[in-house]
Amino acid sequence: MYKIAVMGDRDSIYGFAAVGLQPFPITDTEEAAAKLKSLVDGDYAVIYITEELASRLEKEIAYFSERELPAIILIPGVSGNTGKGIQAVKRSVERAVGSDIIFGDD
Amino acid sequence: MAKTQVNPTRMELTRLKNKLKTARRGHKLLKDKRDELMRQFLILVRENKDLREKVEKSIADCNRNFVMARAGMSAEALNVALMSPKQEVYLEASTKNVMSVEIPQFSYKTRTSNTNDIYSYGFAFTSSDLDGAVKSIADLLPDMLLLAEREKSCQLMAAEIEKTRRRVNALEHVMIPETEESIKFIKMKLDENERSSQIRLMKVKDMVLEDAHKYDDKPDGPNVHKVEIIEGATEEN
Repeated sequence: MYKIAVMGDRDSIYGFAAVGLQPFPITDTEEAAAKLKSLVDGDYAVIYITEELASRLEKEIAYFSERELPAIILIPGVSGNTGKGIQAVKRSVERAVGSDIIFGDD
Repeated sequence: MAKTQVNPTRMELTRLKNKLKTARRGHKLLKDKRDELMRQFLILVRENKDLREKVEKSIADCNRNFVMARAGMSAEALNVALMSPKQEVYLEASTKNVMSVEIPQFSYKTRTSNTNDIYSYGFAFTSSDLDGAVKSIADLLPDMLLLAEREKSCQLMAAEIEKTRRRVNALEHVMIPETEESIKFIKMKLDENERSSQIRLMKVKDMVLEDAHKYDDKPDGPNVHKVEIIEGATEEN
């Protein structure tokens, strides 16, 4: 049985607590990296991270993305959509195909 | 020219031929695997893109709803309202094997299946906007989990495709040509050896016949015309 975590600044994530996800309000980069590591090793299958926080944790996220679980998924925070989430999808296309063939328009 | 030094023996030739056969077969299989993975990946990634756009839009809506809810009530009241959530999500993760890639499959159970039973607070001290906001995020949850599943699958498949493509290329452009080159080299070398031993045998035969019949002493021996030709050639020059 797995749980779902949400990381990010408090305002962006406290709504998810209401529907049963585990919120971890963190803004400090160092602290977030340590927390992410403990979450990955814990029984979490999905970790949602706000794009803003994820942009400061790129190295850690790339490192954990090789694992089968958990899935680390970027979500937009209250500060707005930075387009990093869709960029991650784009990157995996580029990785697989060699060039971007899905998001050709932008 | 073979890059690696190979022993020009028949045993080595047989070994290399078997190696080439295996490499060709592996190349074909890996190529098929890559093509199929790519097909599945493209389907999945399109789905992923659509889903992500939808989810991102919904999250933005949810955030807006929450901002409205926060505006309508005090921070303390909001904190108290959301402090002990009623709803809990239990996630069950299994894996599905797609062309040797283990992609996750999530199924989830919520503690209360009743969609009206998700509010963790009394309605007396909270604004009605909060109800809407919580409802919107609860509606969003299935899509978010689906997105997590799809996106993780895409990441894993992308990694696998990259790996497979490298292997295919290594076989196609390095391993197979090199082995072919080595086989050619050994064949040439063996042929060369065979020719040289043939010549040696002929020479030996000549020498043995020479010993037996003494052709050189006779004027009409088989070697007479040969000497003449060589002499004629030197005179012309």
